[in-house]
Amino acid sequence: MATDTVTLKIKRGESGGASRWEEFRVPRKPMMNVISCLMEIQKHPVTADGRGTTPVNWESSCLEEVCGACTMVINGRVRQACSALVKDLSPKGEPITLEPMTKFPRERDLVVNRQRMFDALRTTRAWIEIDGSHQLGAGPKVSQDDQEVMYPLSRCMTCGCCVEACPNYNDRSDFMGPQVISLTRLYNMHPSGRMQAGARLDALMGAGGISDCGKAQNCVQVCPKGIPLTESISVMGRETIKRALFGWLLKG
Amino acid sequence: MAAKSSILTQSNQVRRAIVVGGGLGGLMTVIKLCEAGIPVDLLSLVPVKRSHSVCAQGGINASVNVKGEGDSPYTHFYETVKGGDFLANQPPCKGMADAAPGIVFMLDRMGVPFNRTPEGNLDFRRFGGTLFHRTAFAGATTGQQLLYALDEQVRRYETLDVEDDRGVTVPGEKMVRKFEFWDLAGLVLDDEGVCRGVVAQDLKNGEMRAFRGDAVCLATGGPGLVFGRSTNSVINTGSAAAIAYKQGAIYANGEFIQVHPTAIPAADKLRLISESVRGEGGRVWVPKDRKDRRHGKDIPEAERYYFLEDRYPKYRNLVPRDIASSEIFRTVIHEGYSAEGEQAAYLDVTHLCKTASGKSAVRKKLEGVLEIYEKFAGEDPYENPMKIFPAVHYSMGGLWVDFEKGADGSLKPGSARNQATSIPGLYATGESDYQFHGANRLGANSLLSCIYGGMVTGPAMAAWREAQPRSAFDLPSTLFDTEHKRRVDEYAALGSRSGADYSVNPYQLHEKLGEMMLQKVTVERHDAELDGVLASLQDMKAQWRKAAALDPTAKGTINQPTVFLRHLDGMLALAEVIARGAREREECRGAHYKPALDPELHPDDPKAVGRDDARWLKTTLATYDGEGPTLRYEAVDVSLEPLAKRDYGKVSAAKKPTGEADAQGPANT
Ligand SMILES: Cc1cc2nc3c(=O)[nH]c(=O)nc-3n(C[C@H](O)[C@H](O)[C@H](O)COP(=O)(O)OP(=O)(O)OC[C@H]3O[C@@H](n4cnc5c(N)ncnc54)[C@H](O)[C@@H]3O)c2cc1C
Ligand code: SF4
Ligand code: SF4
Ligand code: FES
Repeated sequence: MATDTVTLKIKRGESGGASRWEEFRVPRKPMMNVISCLMEIQKHPVTADGRGTTPVNWESSCLEEVCGACTMVINGRVRQACSALVKDLSPKGEPITLEPMTKFPRERDLVVNRQRMFDALRTTRAWIEIDGSHQLGAGPKVSQDDQEVMYPLSRCMTCGCCVEACPNYNDRSDFMGPQVISLTRLYNMHPSGRMQAGARLDALMGAGGISDCGKAQNCVQVCPKGIPLTESISVMGRETIKRALFGWLLKG
Repeated sequence: MAAKSSILTQSNQVRRAIVVGGGLGGLMTVIKLCEAGIPVDLLSLVPVKRSHSVCAQGGINASVNVKGEGDSPYTHFYETVKGGDFLANQPPCKGMADAAPGIVFMLDRMGVPFNRTPEGNLDFRRFGGTLFHRTAFAGATTGQQLLYALDEQVRRYETLDVEDDRGVTVPGEKMVRKFEFWDLAGLVLDDEGVCRGVVAQDLKNGEMRAFRGDAVCLATGGPGLVFGRSTNSVINTGSAAAIAYKQGAIYANGEFIQVHPTAIPAADKLRLISESVRGEGGRVWVPKDRKDRRHGKDIPEAERYYFLEDRYPKYRNLVPRDIASSEIFRTVIHEGYSAEGEQAAYLDVTHLCKTASGKSAVRKKLEGVLEIYEKFAGEDPYENPMKIFPAVHYSMGGLWVDFEKGADGSLKPGSARNQATSIPGLYATGESDYQFHGANRLGANSLLSCIYGGMVTGPAMAAWREAQPRSAFDLPSTLFDTEHKRRVDEYAALGSRSGADYSVNPYQLHEKLGEMMLQKVTVERHDAELDGVLASLQDMKAQWRKAAALDPTAKGTINQPTVFLRHLDGMLALAEVIARGAREREECRGAHYKPALDPELHPDDPKAVGRDDARWLKTTLATYDGEGPTLRYEAVDVSLEPLAKRDYGKVSAAKKPTGEADAQGPANT
């Protein structure tokens, strides 16, 4: 296998249509990642066997693994294309395969529609209720210990890796996924967010909520931000049980 | 005839305002409009949660003076205008510095997980251009956390119903409607030149659509991609600002492009290593021996040249960005120092990581930043000095916007003039405007200016809307149909560019543009080279007309290569604005540096004026004349603080490191 080039096998296709594989060879450069390979293809849209083709469509923005746009299945594993380095994927020139995520409808080539993840943020009321953006003085105090728990939870970039890996997330179920369970934990920890904790727990106890999680733990292994998803699932599991048992007391 | 209802038309259509762009600037504008009761259509190239603002690492400035250092908003204001080499209008900067503590408190109330002191208060760190702890931060991903906080508030407005003037819910209408994966294609201007809406394109299926808006705001971010590779997100082409410029909006101070001193060089993007690394004690150095090829960590302390510390004993590694960038550039390119023989210097935190507790303190504050080095350069920065070089980072220039000065000399809140572009009814905010940073932006001042800009823009748009005798929703549809058809035809023409006449690959053309701009219009500018750039740009514009649609048969679906043609057209237009502005400005100010005019390099040359306030204390105003930019100049409002020399206590550029192994003196180019 040649190591002065990178070989890519890319699964392409239209929304709802059949898929086809195309193979490309691009010159290998230092510090290259999957996105820089795709950019090379834009500049020379020719397949490995010399046929002219069209540039591949994909999503990306930050190229720093912080916006969540470029998620795809690379060598069988769901991850961000921008942080997938060629030197790790193909140390000896092995071909690299790129496929769109499977849990979302394909739009074109490597682009899928992840609107369902954003809708789940609405359903679970993933925000803090503030009275307004005008001056109301300093915010509530937060201990360093709490901040250290909350900060990692707040780094979820709605990238979709966790739900791609989750066996219970698919087009036959309403499951909203582990990321919203973890975010609910975040908002319910915040000193003023806590005041609407009940409403968020109710959303998690509704359709597509926490009871759809089978505790398979695939999610936590693929989260690029190392978010403690299974820990959040058990914390919120306990909270929802408490609410189911005693919630009527609190509601008065 | 006054509108019957300020919320609904006769046919029960909701009268909305339009915000294009959902980074910090756009989202804050949306929140303020909603709080004023005005429903909004929010358009964005990407889901707003993926906007470029997520990239900001270091933090946001506010003089809360938590450390009892005697910091104050006035000092923040002064350092902002001084850092900007006095090119920024002072009233808006004063307004921003005064509002900053309140903005950080608001973000805290929205749930941003800012770092804390042991007492549970917000923690602040030091950043370049100041001696105070003034920067609030959330780990090393402050921009991400800030964007998410505003995104969440806007999502809440997506669930809230529109109410009419009597407080009755309008069925099925929400305060915010989001149009994500939409690209701005044109502005709808009426016969008087007032902006009444936009035409935009759904990137999922190519559909072009006209939107009516009772006020329109562009919050579409910076134009980093004009330089090919930069620290910016790859969607930052500046296309929306270029469209406004081509339709008559003034573009101001385009030549002021901030180059960040410390980025990791790579083929697809130059990834930033935040200034916070230096704020937390990171040191910049090169091996004293110019021929040293050893790995950074094998070079003993005595053989390292800490050139920033030597040259700026007071600010040391925390000199402002433009100074750090040009010092690194000069040290490497002209003086011939290198890191392992590569064109780079070292940024080093390993001295802080010698003990376990030191290392964990660094990890706690900088993990997210250092992770980027580890992830993308493939080396452990806790053990190895990082190799860095300057990279294009931020545009101080942008769409020209107005302001109204209040009796106290600060910006007057609520005025419809604030943040208004030269096209009536069109506003701009965030990095796409030019307002707050003069010739150079201080670190951690941009997130602030985006949010402050939004806080001012929302009420300004509300005031404008209120004052209009006619709503855009009551105008004849022909106005919107005309611009719509123009853009549909334009896109169809781009999409059908195939065959022998179209031999140019647009991505290759973009690469050529980027390489040229990066080499010739960044840290150092030479008139002869700029003349060459301007000539080449004419050539590249001709090539653009031959650029092919690489996917001509794909209709009704995603077609990234055709949309890229539109963005490339915008980048070429802005490149010309930037290069022309740089060519014409005969002085050194902030990020704009011409070695030929540097008195330190040419002490005996009367033409080497350095900063020339008598002739050049002026804002550059570029208007599009159908071919390219025509430049005019406007006075800067310096009504609050007198000009001072921008001095960060430099000792002497020519000072040689003690004990340098190489006998050859520093080059004096
Ligand atoms: C790596 C990095 C680190 C930084 N760190 C800091 C920091 O620590 N502190 C600090 O103060 N500043 C920092 N900055 C600067 C700061 O992040 C940006 O200036 C700021 O986030 C810009 O925000 P914005 O709201 O203007 O636009 P953006 O966040 O860029 O958002 C632009 C929006 O407009 C939309 N858009 C763009 N074009 C179109 C179009 N044609 N049609 C429709 N929609 C469009 C996009 O989809 C997006 O929603 C950093 C910048 C970089 C690159
Ligand atoms: S624990 Fe398993 S079932 Fe539950 S969300 Fe994670 S992957 Fe899915
Ligand atoms: S939890 Fe992790 S994997 Fe899931 S969406 Fe968030 S960042 Fe991605
Ligand atoms: S492009 Fe943002 S995560 Fe990869």
